[in-house]
Amino acid sequence: MRIAIGTRKGLWTARGDDSGWAVSQPIRTMAEFASVAWMPRGDGRPPRLLVGARSWFWGPSVLTSDDDGATWSEPESGAIAFPADAGVAVERIWNLTPDPREEDVVWAGCEPHSLWRSVDGGGHFELNSALWEHPHRPEWHPGAGGAAIHTIVPRADGSVLVAMSTGGVYRSADGASGWVPANRGIRVDFQPEEYPEFNQCVHRIAVDGVDGSLVYAQNHGGVYRSKDSGDSWQFISAGLPKDFGFVVLAHPTKGGTAWVVPIDPETMFPPEGRLRLWRTDDAGDTWREVGQGLPDDHYASVLRDAAHVIEHDDDAAIAFGTRNGCVFASLDGGTTFSEVVSGLPDVLSVRISA
Amino acid sequence: MSDAPGKVTVRLPHALAEHVGGARELTLDIDGPSSLADILDHLRRTAPAVGRRVQDETGAIRTFVNVYVGDDECRTLEGLDTTVQPGTVLYVIPSVAGGCG
Repeated sequence: MRIAIGTRKGLWTARGDDSGWAVSQPIRTMAEFASVAWMPRGDGRPPRLLVGARSWFWGPSVLTSDDDGATWSEPESGAIAFPADAGVAVERIWNLTPDPREEDVVWAGCEPHSLWRSVDGGGHFELNSALWEHPHRPEWHPGAGGAAIHTIVPRADGSVLVAMSTGGVYRSADGASGWVPANRGIRVDFQPEEYPEFNQCVHRIAVDGVDGSLVYAQNHGGVYRSKDSGDSWQFISAGLPKDFGFVVLAHPTKGGTAWVVPIDPETMFPPEGRLRLWRTDDAGDTWREVGQGLPDDHYASVLRDAAHVIEHDDDAAIAFGTRNGCVFASLDGGTTFSEVVSGLPDVLSVRISA
Repeated sequence: MSDAPGKVTVRLPHALAEHVGGARELTLDIDGPSSLADILDHLRRTAPAVGRRVQDETGAIRTFVNVYVGDDECRTLEGLDTTVQPGTVLYVIPSVAGGCG
């Protein structure tokens, strides 16, 4: 297994399995890595590693590596930039999502709120003009982390879901045009109108591995489920120790199975310091704590892009990182975890690959 | 002052030199006295990997990048409207901004 680990100051990779993990030396330390992704390539080649880097001096970049980070490529003019007439600059590349439906297609979600698509494996990205010109955009606001599209879900039916803080969930039937808000039923507690059409502070969304119309959302105030691709949402936080958090993961092959990582919103620590995942096997009707091997006295949060799940051995492999520089991995669907590494900077992004 | 064509030299920090084969300075031809904006446009065409690290896509010089025109940082002059004479040396220098770790 491979794990890419993007931090506030540097990038690391890890190779290994349950018997142990070999962690690389720091790669490109003078930048933060808010997004990382593995893009599968055929013919037995290793996956392409894509990173969304930001140098504090020299600005943001998308770089790619086809040899696990040993060497890197980037077009001279850069992979991602607004057209001159936009009047704004890319501040941060929050999310990179290879499209499982099309080879060499990669999506990017950026700050300010913008969606981008590459058809050459991350070499060059085009702005999604329909979402950029959406009449709601002037009313989208930055969450605490910034004004970002942070989750992108290309779906088998051709549609695409995106989530942004704060703007909420939007859906397009073809991923190119016709973006409509998909937030009905998600309550907000930071403005007088409790059920607005948009501007929910969604932290992350995930689509069920079997039923493509079943979507989970970890919001600023509660965990929700939609059975109709986001047309309507139901609150499914009952049974969780806290309904706040940043992470939601859906099992790639087991319908109705998902995980969240509850965080106490008052402290931004796991409840009572117990770093755990909470798992549902019935699409959020009930939850149970999992994560044998995770610490009981852990005082740091887990950020939205710092957790990932893939199919593995008829079950799932999960990896996640914490704001105090630890990374944990499970190769048995989240039942047990082992520590991959500790002592890194603030972990912003984690992706796992076979 | 002369309106004759000439050259300006752009001195680069190590972090940018790696994007132009290790060169620590670039020489740009100019038609005569030119605005700093025009010279940075020229830099962007000549060495795009350097130019986009000095300016973002709106043309603004990045927050923690300083461009000195001779001995003066351009923000203390007229910014991008600063007139640059042929023969001038420009220095691109990252800010001292390491306090956040």
